[in-house]
Amino acid sequence: MSEKSPLPRSAMNVLPLKERMKILRRHMPELDPLVRSRNFAEVNLGLNVLDAVTEASRCIECAKPGCVVDCPVGVQIKTIVALIHAGDYLAAAAKLREDNALPAITGRVCPQENQCEGGCILGKKGAPVAIGNLERFVADFERESGQLGLPANAPKTGKSVAIVGSGPAGLSAAGDLVQKGHRVRVFEALHELGGVLVYGIPEFRLPKSIVKGEVDNLRRMGVEFETNVVVGKSVTLDELMQEEHYDAVFVATGAGLPVFLNVPGEHFNGVYSANEFLTRVNLMRAYNSEFDEPVYDCRDKDVIVVGGGNTAMDAVRTARRLGARTATLVYRRSEAEMPARKEEVKHAREEGIEFHLLTNPVEFLGDEKGWLTGARCVRMDLSEPDESGRRRPVEIKGSEFVLPANVAIIGVGTTANPLIQSTTPDLATNKWNYIVADEKTLRTSKPGVFAGGDIVTGGATVILAMGAGRKAAASIHEYLTSGEW
Amino acid sequence: MYKIVDARGVGLNIKQFVIEAPRIARKHKPGQFIILRLHDKGERIPLTIKSSDPVAGTVTIVVQAIGKTTSLLNCLETGDSILDIVGPLGKPSEIENYGTVVVLAGSVGTAMALPTAYALKQAGNHIVFIEGARSAEMVVFEDEVRAASSETFIMTDDGSYGELGLVTKKLDELIQSGRKIDFVLAVGPVPMMRAVARMTTPLGIKTMVSLNSIMVDGTGMCGGCRVLLGKQSKFACVDGPEFDASMVNFEVLMQRNTMYREKECASLKQFQENMEEQLAELRAELAAGEKHYV
Ligand SMILES: Cc1cc2nc3c(=O)[nH]c(=O)nc-3n(C[C@H](O)[C@H](O)[C@H](O)COP(=O)(O)OP(=O)(O)OC[C@H]3O[C@@H](n4cnc5c(N)ncnc54)[C@H](O)[C@@H]3O)c2cc1C
Ligand SMILES: Cc1cc2nc3c(=O)[nH]c(=O)nc-3n(C[C@H](O)[C@H](O)[C@H](O)COP(=O)(O)OP(=O)(O)OC[C@H]3O[C@@H](n4cnc5c(N)ncnc54)[C@H](O)[C@@H]3O)c2cc1C
Ligand code: FES
Repeated sequence: MSEKSPLPRSAMNVLPLKERMKILRRHMPELDPLVRSRNFAEVNLGLNVLDAVTEASRCIECAKPGCVVDCPVGVQIKTIVALIHAGDYLAAAAKLREDNALPAITGRVCPQENQCEGGCILGKKGAPVAIGNLERFVADFERESGQLGLPANAPKTGKSVAIVGSGPAGLSAAGDLVQKGHRVRVFEALHELGGVLVYGIPEFRLPKSIVKGEVDNLRRMGVEFETNVVVGKSVTLDELMQEEHYDAVFVATGAGLPVFLNVPGEHFNGVYSANEFLTRVNLMRAYNSEFDEPVYDCRDKDVIVVGGGNTAMDAVRTARRLGARTATLVYRRSEAEMPARKEEVKHAREEGIEFHLLTNPVEFLGDEKGWLTGARCVRMDLSEPDESGRRRPVEIKGSEFVLPANVAIIGVGTTANPLIQSTTPDLATNKWNYIVADEKTLRTSKPGVFAGGDIVTGGATVILAMGAGRKAAASIHEYLTSGEW
Repeated sequence: MYKIVDARGVGLNIKQFVIEAPRIARKHKPGQFIILRLHDKGERIPLTIKSSDPVAGTVTIVVQAIGKTTSLLNCLETGDSILDIVGPLGKPSEIENYGTVVVLAGSVGTAMALPTAYALKQAGNHIVFIEGARSAEMVVFEDEVRAASSETFIMTDDGSYGELGLVTKKLDELIQSGRKIDFVLAVGPVPMMRAVARMTTPLGIKTMVSLNSIMVDGTGMCGGCRVLLGKQSKFACVDGPEFDASMVNFEVLMQRNTMYREKECASLKQFQENMEEQLAELRAELAAGEKHYV
């Protein structure tokens, strides 16, 4: 992608490349681990202006920027970094919004090390430009400035679109479609909007107020929201189209179904899916004793969390914050294979999380009253890489041991939310019950129905879901304009 | 927000509410339930839909006050509102013409079993309805039970009304008398359902029980409601709530339902100490409109 510089010469970075490369990557200020492991306040505090500009000045302005290539939605990072360096943060934010509808969120939760920062040439020798932190900086600056330039909507088209699910895919599609002049209504099964962003990702990584801010912006743009509607149960897709006269539907229901280990003893009291644990804590705010949800008082308890992804990491750090005596992560591969963001792994270690790597539970143990007492585990070894390219773990014979635990949380993955598929027979699904949608147009087998995000790809990332939402919006707009399926 | 258009006491600590919820009223089938939340800091609790009126756009629920949320709910009156209601959830009851059907239900379970009993009667079954209650003042919906059944027996633990004894005593009598029973539905406390299953399973009588596991979302997303059927784990909110009694592991269900007992007791006690205040707070919050806690 070749970009013409948006800046006047006077605002350009005049430092010679060699000098730029001597500047050290600015650190993200963080709450002290001892303090933050006892509360739910956001861990990362955000860069100040000086640090942001200094960080931006590290960019060596590659002719073919790897960061842009490796960004799943092609955000024009090079231009944005130059605008930050020039001090025009609002212009940087506007540029960011051209490709990314939820920058304050992705700036906090994107796995940058595998994406933009992974493609940054500076990373080959030293530390890459802190693109994620810069993204967060401009998005927060824009929000706090109160000068969020909400784009004007196109004249009303008279068409209406129903969006099912209010996660990042649904929200991004809603914003684009309402701007094109369509009437947009988002249906959400839960009582709160935001999908995984509110029920899954904890407050200390992504404050609820940020998600709420994005939802409020959409409301101001004219998007309608209806909570407590389980599409497939409260109303079917056909009813939405035939009786409520929606011209198109975007299904963005996510992959929220918890996967258990299917080992003996999983029914003991004290064994939870990470979804249940995180939902109770995040959505129902069980950490706050003002709320009725049974508070997960983890004090004096030994908590183990099974898994190595963001979900497991969020659960184990949440348990720590709820006062767990020990909070231990049990993962069957090694740290190198962990799918969690690198920053979360680092934060977890700082907060005193213990890691039992190359370890796998094979049975949960309980007392006579049915309460969990521990997990029987085996040690693992890594053999050849499997289809996913990660090395396959194999049990080491005779290595069994018991890990004592009062609470065990299973965070080994999720699968498709099933309620729409089971009530819409003409919606094609694959063998894992994910909805089949065309890669380019996100059209499903059912005319007028589009699908995207985790419900199509399986559990992925916020940025990919956001990208799918925008792609769906463009495709739905095209369909509504042409009328051709 | 969902408006309560009618609220009335129907038995000791048992109250019936008719609530405006047009989407749910349109889609409800017997055996399904809703999940509601009273206020921004409240928990989500499941309640069976007793009946629905698609034209008026209302659903009827019956609530027994046993803990904090149900006690607070039962303080509400006609004209009050409920913050969140989602549904209809769960699989509808399987309605077939089995022949002779025995329905066993205990107090609030009667309200839960009624819609299915009606539907089974309409499908041509001969319905024997055995309603049980601790004592006379907990016998509910007697007229409706009689209307939904061909034969009706009322049993009370203390003999203060109907016959003395448990519902299973009557079931045993029916079985001993050689009555042909083709299908049994049992809705009530877990020990009752377990006792029924122990009687009917050896005889090969198809028996369904409605499992009241602890739920959060009701859409299959958390797995908190999981029940053990043989060796298989099922989610009561999407695969149930009705299951084949012969497969159900009732011990695990009982054990899981006690998971939060201590917290629940503490929270009920705290509620009872200042009920008036909490009710006033709830009403003020609802009057202020949908405020979402951040
Ligand atoms: C704990 C956790 C931590 C994560 N951390 C990260 C991270 O750090 N970085 C990252 O990039 N990704 C992360 N992810 C993954 C990321 O959150 C998801 O990929 C993303 O949210 C998917 O977006 P979506 O819009 O497709 O679906 P979701 O966010 O799952 O939203 C789907 C919505 O649809 C609703 N819904 C479902 N069925 C129905 C129905 N029938 N009717 C109406 N509504 C329905 C659901 O209630 C939900 O609100 C994490 C995921 C989890 C669970
Ligand atoms: C599918 C389904 C349908 C239901 N339908 C009805 C109904 O129509 N009318 C009705 O009154 N109740 C019904 N229940 C039970 C109702 O949901 C519980 O009584 C309620 O959640 C208790 O909330 P609480 O805060 O008042 O009490 P809590 O403080 O949560 O609990 C108080 C006591 O009740 C027990 N308890 C908690 N949850 C349940 C539960 N789910 N089932 C049984 N006991 C429980 C606890 O162990 C404790 O002893 C149903 C439950 C399910 C799962
Ligand atoms: S209540 Fe959460 S899965 Fe059933």
